[in-house]
Amino acid sequence: MKRASILMIIGPLFLLGLYFFPLWNIMLGAPQYPEPLGMDIYIDGIKGANEFDIQNIDGLNHYIGMRKLPKPEEMWEFGTFPIVIGIMVGLGVLIGILGFAGKISYIWFLGWFVLMSILGVMGMYDFNAWMVDYGTNLDPNAIMKLANPDGTPMSYKPPLFGHAKMLNFDVTSLPAAGAWAMFIGMCLTLAAFYIGWKKAPKSDTSLTKKYATQ
Amino acid sequence: MKKYNYFISALMVSALLLTSCGNQNGNGGSNSALASNNAEKVYVAPGEQDEFYAFMSGGYSGNITVYGLPSGRLFKEIPVFSQFPTSGYGYSEETKPMLNTSFGFVPWDDAHHPDISQTNGELDGRWIFINGNNTPRIARVSLSTFETEEIIELPNSAGNHSSSFITENTEYVVAGTRFSVPVPQRDMPINEYKGNFKGALSFISIAPDTGRLNLDFQMMMPGFNYDLSHPGRGKSHGWFFFTTYNTEEANSLMEVNSSQNDKDFIAAVNWKMIAEYVKNGGGTKMATEYAHNVYDEHTHSATSTMKKEVITVDPTKVPGAVFFLPTPKSPHGCDVDPSGQYIIGNGKLSADLTIHSFDKMIAAIEGKKFDGEAYGIPILKFEDVLAGTVKSGGLGPLHTEFDDKGNAYTTFFISSEVVKWKLGTWEVLDRQPTFYSVGHLMIPGGNSRKPFGKYVVAMNKITKDRYLPTGPEMEHSAQLYDISGDKMELIYDFPTHGEPHYAAGIPAELLAPKSKKIYRLDDNKHPFAVTSPDQAKVVREGKEVHVYMSTIRSHFTPDNIEGIKVGDKVYFHITNHEQDFDVPHGFAMIGQNTSELLIMPGQTKTSLWEPKKVGVWPFYCTDFCSALHQEMQGYVRVSPADSDVPLTYTLGE
Repeated sequence: MKRASILMIIGPLFLLGLYFFPLWNIMLGAPQYPEPLGMDIYIDGIKGANEFDIQNIDGLNHYIGMRKLPKPEEMWEFGTFPIVIGIMVGLGVLIGILGFAGKISYIWFLGWFVLMSILGVMGMYDFNAWMVDYGTNLDPNAIMKLANPDGTPMSYKPPLFGHAKMLNFDVTSLPAAGAWAMFIGMCLTLAAFYIGWKKAPKSDTSLTKKYATQ
Repeated sequence: MKKYNYFISALMVSALLLTSCGNQNGNGGSNSALASNNAEKVYVAPGEQDEFYAFMSGGYSGNITVYGLPSGRLFKEIPVFSQFPTSGYGYSEETKPMLNTSFGFVPWDDAHHPDISQTNGELDGRWIFINGNNTPRIARVSLSTFETEEIIELPNSAGNHSSSFITENTEYVVAGTRFSVPVPQRDMPINEYKGNFKGALSFISIAPDTGRLNLDFQMMMPGFNYDLSHPGRGKSHGWFFFTTYNTEEANSLMEVNSSQNDKDFIAAVNWKMIAEYVKNGGGTKMATEYAHNVYDEHTHSATSTMKKEVITVDPTKVPGAVFFLPTPKSPHGCDVDPSGQYIIGNGKLSADLTIHSFDKMIAAIEGKKFDGEAYGIPILKFEDVLAGTVKSGGLGPLHTEFDDKGNAYTTFFISSEVVKWKLGTWEVLDRQPTFYSVGHLMIPGGNSRKPFGKYVVAMNKITKDRYLPTGPEMEHSAQLYDISGDKMELIYDFPTHGEPHYAAGIPAELLAPKSKKIYRLDDNKHPFAVTSPDQAKVVREGKEVHVYMSTIRSHFTPDNIEGIKVGDKVYFHITNHEQDFDVPHGFAMIGQNTSELLIMPGQTKTSLWEPKKVGVWPFYCTDFCSALHQEMQGYVRVSPADSDVPLTYTLGE
């Protein structure tokens, strides 16, 4: 249980990577952009992969009537996500410590993992909803109004995951270092649960007994 | 008679070359195999980049052209001494001061010898320098922006030809005068030239951090023609060598009268000694007038300052600093090998190359073995300083460059060839024809301590049948040779713009990574810049109107202006708000008596328009900047001089 608890303490700390590394990265390459434009999506805002990329993406998007990319203060998510992540790191570490001290069982480890997964899915859902809005809610006076072959207005929602061809741009959307850190951290908590479960005697009562006799 | 013999032998050599070329067809198709191999050597596939930059002087174009090697592709023309409507250089209000001189605005010059800055005798790629031959000037061009940043005029000089060569730590850029003149200039009979005219050698110091130029001192040498020069390097660092002709001091029918002496001189100047002398208060302050023009990358503007004084040095006042090395037959090129030991003087009316030894020169000076003097300057004995002679079999040697394997390459104008020979043994190793009448040649780093001996480019004076004919006037031709093997191989031939006299090459990896992509808008210190579109405005000050305008794909802010009157002077100050690589915007106004502007991202440029006719007049972006480029236009309403139409400026209303 000690080993499992140590893993449970370390795992959530990996989420701190989200404060330093982008969660997601979207790159836009085109014939005239051999060095692709890119945006790094952090939990507290969007930054260009290179210094002026956001300005240049906005400059291109204005042709098709897309709004400017949001500044941190323009989306509640960028204020809330850092707090939520902070709470989850604190909670996870606390669970790990309590587990180490034998105050709580490994079931709590799974509990944290499930809660984090739900939050993660919600975050993804929210991110996708923003992209749908951003890519389809276009200025009616846009310079270029393009239609799909079936006559419906063309939308410019970037893919949530993977590659898509949008007009002259190849758009690639992939998790970035922050997401990978989160992924590793969550795997560690899952491993913590698994080890805790495997090392545990048949029942919780016997576990308590064992510690009590030590 | 001797000359005649050389001519015959040159003819025989070319005949031999011709026959051997013809014979190759019989050698089982080796010719085509060779040709396809050569094609591969110069082929830079689409999307690939060249290995070297080559900066060629434009001669009478006044500019520098930038080529890639081995492809021979032209990348850019950098305006230096000439107005350049392509970018608005010399037309925009910001750059007009760059072409200011003590003679007023001189919109052109004859650009000759580019030289790249060095550290410890190796190319460092900070700046490239070039001389204006006609109205003596030296320019410094940044190799991160590829823009001319500074031009300094040289007083007391004329035919600024033995220029612009730099010392091995870029301490000085040196400029010698080809046409000696009265100093100071005065009204006097031309035929009193001899003994009265002076040849000024100018030493311009370079600030190590900013590159800022300062005319430190001018040496007032006897009135010979100082033709070309090169600095000593390594052991001879601290010396500078100048070839001279017209030591006869003739002033008319020069082609005959200045070709009479069997030997002219190479002037060896210990500049360190003279710089020290000047530093300690030596020299004479002389009243004069010369322009010093500086362009600031942050204000995007040039200023011109008229300087009033120069320090002149009489070489006889600094004993031990200047000596003459007798060198046969009106030497032209003056080149120093990478070790700094050999000084090569190419007697252009001779068949042989004369190589002086630096060590022997020092020994002769120390032994005071003089062979008389000229105007108080000691002449060393030819035999005492001679290291060797290259018996080349060619005619009209001009210039020499070096590889990194101890070989030298000399051009022969009259016999149209490049000759490869060995330093130290003086034996001729190879010769290749050029097409035709080659002047300078260039090996990247070939005049430094560290040559990159992979290619040599020959720059020819005569083109004739090399390309499709284009009427009587044609571009000059250049040939590229692979010199990585024992024998030189002609691998490519390409036309060059203007008249490239000399060139400087540098590995692309030393320059490409630091080439600037944009100017930062938040760094723009131009007094009329607008850093956001809401600052755009139009301000009237009497008859002057200042339009503070911004551009971004794909509109001008403002694009409708009213209240302009006939007789106004309208200054369009245009700031390009793009911060994206290679997105310039242009500006042109109908009927404007100047050129368009091409404004780089983050830059501000100013165009003057003096409306002469009532009406509504359009302006537009001249660079196809975007899909909406055609829409990037605007109108100015011009009313009669006495009208009271209010001044308004709008966008999208």
